[in-house]
Amino acid sequence: MSKQARPSNSKADEKSAVGVIEPDAPDDAQLQNERDAVKSDQKRHLSDYDSKTLIELLRQMLLIRRFEEKSAEQYSIGKIGGFCHLYIGQEAVCVGALSAIRKDDYVMTSYRDHGQALAKGMSADAVMAELFGKATGCSHGKGGSMHMFDKSLGMLGGHGIVGGQIPLATGVAFATKYQGTDQVTLCFFGEAAVNQGAFHESLNMAQLWKLPCIYICENNQYGMGTSLQRAMSLQDISKKAPAYEMASEFVDGMDVLAVREATTRAVERARKDYLPTLLEIRTYRFMGHSMSDPGNYRTRAEIEKYQERDPLKVFMASMLEEKIISDGEYQDMEKKVRDEVEHSVRFAEESPLPAPEELYTDVYANPIERKS
Amino acid sequence: MAVITMREALNQALREEMLRDESVFLMGEEVAEYQGAYKITKGLLQELGPKRVIDTPITELGFAGLGVGAAMVGLRPIVEFMTFNFSILATDQIINSAAKMRYMSGGQFKIPIVFRGPSGSAYQVSSQHSQAIESWFGFFPGLKVVMPSTPADAKGLLKSAIRDDDPVIFMEQERMYGNKGEVPEDADFTIPLGVADVKREGTDVTIVARSLMVPIALKAAETLEQQGISCEVVDPRTIRPLDIDTIVNSVKKTNRVVVAEESHPFCGVGAEISTEIMERAFDYLDAPVKRVCGADVPMPYAKNLEDMAIPGVDQLIAAVREVSYLD
Repeated sequence: MSKQARPSNSKADEKSAVGVIEPDAPDDAQLQNERDAVKSDQKRHLSDYDSKTLIELLRQMLLIRRFEEKSAEQYSIGKIGGFCHLYIGQEAVCVGALSAIRKDDYVMTSYRDHGQALAKGMSADAVMAELFGKATGCSHGKGGSMHMFDKSLGMLGGHGIVGGQIPLATGVAFATKYQGTDQVTLCFFGEAAVNQGAFHESLNMAQLWKLPCIYICENNQYGMGTSLQRAMSLQDISKKAPAYEMASEFVDGMDVLAVREATTRAVERARKDYLPTLLEIRTYRFMGHSMSDPGNYRTRAEIEKYQERDPLKVFMASMLEEKIISDGEYQDMEKKVRDEVEHSVRFAEESPLPAPEELYTDVYANPIERKS
Repeated sequence: MAVITMREALNQALREEMLRDESVFLMGEEVAEYQGAYKITKGLLQELGPKRVIDTPITELGFAGLGVGAAMVGLRPIVEFMTFNFSILATDQIINSAAKMRYMSGGQFKIPIVFRGPSGSAYQVSSQHSQAIESWFGFFPGLKVVMPSTPADAKGLLKSAIRDDDPVIFMEQERMYGNKGEVPEDADFTIPLGVADVKREGTDVTIVARSLMVPIALKAAETLEQQGISCEVVDPRTIRPLDIDTIVNSVKKTNRVVVAEESHPFCGVGAEISTEIMERAFDYLDAPVKRVCGADVPMPYAKNLEDMAIPGVDQLIAAVREVSYLD
């Protein structure tokens, strides 16, 4: 693909923390150096936004952070069962990306889905009640942590098989184009899913048929306990897109505005020209893969290095420094968010368990009764 | 009624349902330009256009999942597997996505999708291209599994499958595409899913047979009639949900039953049917349930070995005589 063929927004590119990765990009070492040098300068971005937007981004990130901390606590006292994959550290990815789409656009993600669910507008009550396995949960207690769905909000799940949601989201994008709408679909997945055939099969079809799907690789650098370096021959994930003639970008996932801007460019491409995009968003999870993961495969120093760039703290500090939000306003936001999360726990606690007869409902849309 | 082949009957069903409902589209390998590897989709591209009839790359997992995603937001995909042998690559999407989406979302989504194509034994294509895997799909709640044995059933059941709001695995038999039979021409002719059909009435022994085994069972029944044994042939037509009542009612009348299938015996649909008969009609049985199955080996290439691997008329006759304590 030539540089001319790549749709780009030069103004946005200038402001972006990192540029569009071209297939004829510099060699790996040079690229890596550039990436290491990326220090998101959020101050540069803040003036481009109205304060209401910035405050909402901060509020959503804070809500996800507090919600996940509460989930960890409730898991540890046995209120939440099964698998529980937390989003702490990655908040800027889903908040930034979802802030770039419309309400009627679709979102699909992996099992690490609490963040996307909240950012798509699902209530903390519905998500927490689902974690508690209660009838009032978004999936009526039948899905749990990995399967957050709200059809009315266009939140198409939480999917449990690595990479399984990638063909599904491709199909959603296929359907919106077939139906003649201008909706777009955001498809989130971890970097480990990139090795799955489902990823490659989907990208091929999406570019071949020009489907308005935005593939968002949340590269948190570990597939459970296996580092990217030990699992992937070509670790520059954004470089896989040119193999399918697809546009791609590498994005700093610790910078919510960088994510928002890159997603905005991809959304424009999808909405106007039905073109897919692959975004590699480099992020880091501060917790284990799931609640049962002791995390022995990472050093304390490595985690601390990323915690210095905590997307929530860095963004909050910039907002305070730039006086977009006052300390008092931030404290107020913190209190409201904590109340919202506390409320969700009470709501979940007080909600009824699914009725026993629910065991056999929702298997078929058109059930055929066996008579005997 | 016109006499047409099963191939033509399936083609009519696809055409009629696609004309009836804009949200139905057909995708698969070679379904459009090539007109179908087995010509089931002949003429559809020309009549319905490339938006509705779509050739896919050879990526079964990818396009099966794409179909399920499209079904989540309002389309009614028909996904053709060139043969069900290749659906094995797509089983993650069929089982983990299509079958479970409704349940794990608390009933928010319906998945009206049909996965169809030829299945079962073919002619001398060896192990990977010749196998009956309906028991795999029959295992999973959330799926419906259909296996027609006549052109009329094929048309009526496929039309119902396309109109159904759940994922339907529609398994045609590769050797039966050329079989002929009378087929109603009415565009609203459908056959409900989940209803068995008595293909031949009889009084002495019930033969439960599906798909390829139905014509073989009917042939065996003719010979047995001459030997003084009256066989009733029951075709479940739908494997899941299974119309066990029709089977059990027949067994209660004849008191003897042979279950015939071309698939492997172990963990097969025949094993399930046998168990259900035992659970529901044990006191009516005058002989143990007898199964006649495909050989428990991968399908061989050599013609003589292949013939031995698939149950034939003689095996069925022997089984019926065995449960009748005649030999």
